[in-house]
Amino acid sequence: MARFLSVTLGGLSGGMIYAAVALSLVLIWRATRVLNFAQGAMAMFTAYLAYKVLEHGGSYWVALLVALASGLVLGAFVERVLVRPVENGPPLNAVVVTLGVFIVVEGLAGMFFGGTPHRYPTHFSNVNYRVGDVSALAPFDIWVIVSVLVVAVLLGLLFRYTDVGLRMRAAAFEGEVARMLGVRVGRMLTLGWALAAVIGALAAVLVSPNVPLSPTSMDEVFVFGFTGAVIGGLDSPVGAILGGVGLGVLLNYVAAYAGSDLQTLSALAVLVLVLMIKPSGLFSTTATRRV
Amino acid sequence: MATLALPRRGPLRSTLVRHVVLAIVGALLLLVLTTSVSAYRDFQMANIGYYVVAVAGLTVLTGLNGQISLGHGALMMVGAYTCALLLERDNPLPLAVVLVLCVVVTAAVGALVGAAAARLRGPYLAGATLAFAVGLPGLTSHYADTLGGDNGLNVLSGPPPASLGLDFPPERWQAWITLSAALITLVLLANLASSRVGRTFRAVRDDEVSAELAGIHVARTQVLAFVISAACAGLAGGLLAFVSGQASPGAFSVALSLSILAGAVLGGLGSLTGAVYGAIALVMLPAWSSNASDRFSLGTNVQHNLPLLVYGALLIVVMLAAPQGLQGGVRRLLGLLHGRAPATPARNDPVTEVTVSEPDR
Repeated sequence: MARFLSVTLGGLSGGMIYAAVALSLVLIWRATRVLNFAQGAMAMFTAYLAYKVLEHGGSYWVALLVALASGLVLGAFVERVLVRPVENGPPLNAVVVTLGVFIVVEGLAGMFFGGTPHRYPTHFSNVNYRVGDVSALAPFDIWVIVSVLVVAVLLGLLFRYTDVGLRMRAAAFEGEVARMLGVRVGRMLTLGWALAAVIGALAAVLVSPNVPLSPTSMDEVFVFGFTGAVIGGLDSPVGAILGGVGLGVLLNYVAAYAGSDLQTLSALAVLVLVLMIKPSGLFSTTATRRV
Repeated sequence: MATLALPRRGPLRSTLVRHVVLAIVGALLLLVLTTSVSAYRDFQMANIGYYVVAVAGLTVLTGLNGQISLGHGALMMVGAYTCALLLERDNPLPLAVVLVLCVVVTAAVGALVGAAAARLRGPYLAGATLAFAVGLPGLTSHYADTLGGDNGLNVLSGPPPASLGLDFPPERWQAWITLSAALITLVLLANLASSRVGRTFRAVRDDEVSAELAGIHVARTQVLAFVISAACAGLAGGLLAFVSGQASPGAFSVALSLSILAGAVLGGLGSLTGAVYGAIALVMLPAWSSNASDRFSLGTNVQHNLPLLVYGALLIVVMLAAPQGLQGGVRRLLGLLHGRAPATPARNDPVTEVTVSEPDR
């Protein structure tokens, strides 16, 4: 029982990271109806930049800031230059373009940084707290959970209470009408992608102490984030967070009781199951959609 | 290809005969080619052979049936490990039987994946197959005792048959095997494409509702397309294992799946001739990139990643340059093939210009 509790709690911090990736995918999906397959790769690249800052003596916080800022720029660039022309075309085209971005970014990372995995340092302790027999949640895990929660809340406040947030919602909800009412729709979509990339960058910095940083290190994390987003329904930010956390806990059970090599295939099983039973996601509010 | 200009009289009127004649001519040309080049070129051609099989399989799935798959690298892995496990035994079966079994096993896996895939569309299907590609290599370390973990398995492919002479280069033997497999696959797929089944594939791709109204079982058609495509990937994987002498998880990364997609897109989705060009590009690009990085002394990191960069750039450029999309591009291509559109303006057409494919039927 103590082990079960430890494993459950241990899944929370991983789940929060998947939730962050899921949230970033939902943000992009709501804005442009595009699933960004490059999201993980882009985040990986920003984490590498942060790693370089650390290597040159920068502090953890400066490095984090560099990752977030480069995510902002990268996200805006990819949307404005590469995705904009295919945004309103057939969905497969946008998929293929983001796949192209995915391999280009991984190729660039391999070129600049090499293929050797690097363990990203953190100045939080990785030693679990203990209560009786239950041992889980190191200070680092608390930092992961709190930071993702803070970002999610900030994002919620942005959308609900600010003028920019309202414009972004309008642009995503009904582009043509928003445009007639004076919203610079294109700019709002770019901003949406940029914010999503910032969240992705945060996720990459948070996951890299546990999943050593390499050009392909975010592939699995992306798959988990995508699965989390689909569990929640690609339209629902709250669903994405719940889906990500739920998947994180579930995958920690898989890792603890069956073997960590089976995590991705388990995520695939969950993904297929959810899409077959409730394609709109477990937390979605929209009525119907073709999957 | 030249056959387009032939008047369709006599036995050449039959599609099957036409394709077989074409394949025999191709086989003779390849026989001359493989015996007159260096062992290194033979090895490259052996690689081209299995890439042709894989890219042609994906072309049928995506170009003909409109389903995308990012999991073909993983399906190749199934074929490669089947091949390795079967050849590992004390009295290994003949190679041809092993390859057939690779096809059968991978087709069965493909049926499973396809049954799930038939319910998914667009980005969801891409995401699910991507999860398959990312997750499957994990099985090798989970079942490390049988599958050899990260190091994978050695494939004991044996020397060329003694009847060919003792100093017969093994690379040439490998090239013969993979190129024959490629030709057989191309003939079968070309026949399939112009058969009744191929037409139902296209009908489902163009409009599912109309296809259903016309009495086509949409889900069954999609699963069938996936099974055929997976069978090709399994054969390609088995051949890869045979040529490279090993089956290891590192060889079946997501990058492999995406480069096969890039090959299919480059070759012009929907065209089997294009699949051949795409496969040649997939083998030659890494060779060129290593030449280039030697010449400019760019280092191994650049050398290994330059092809990835090119594949990715290619996917982006093709999509941006063909704004009416995959489907539109395919439809226009098929229109050209069937003579519904004038053939001459094709040179100015962004789709055909990028995809360097020619009408082959």
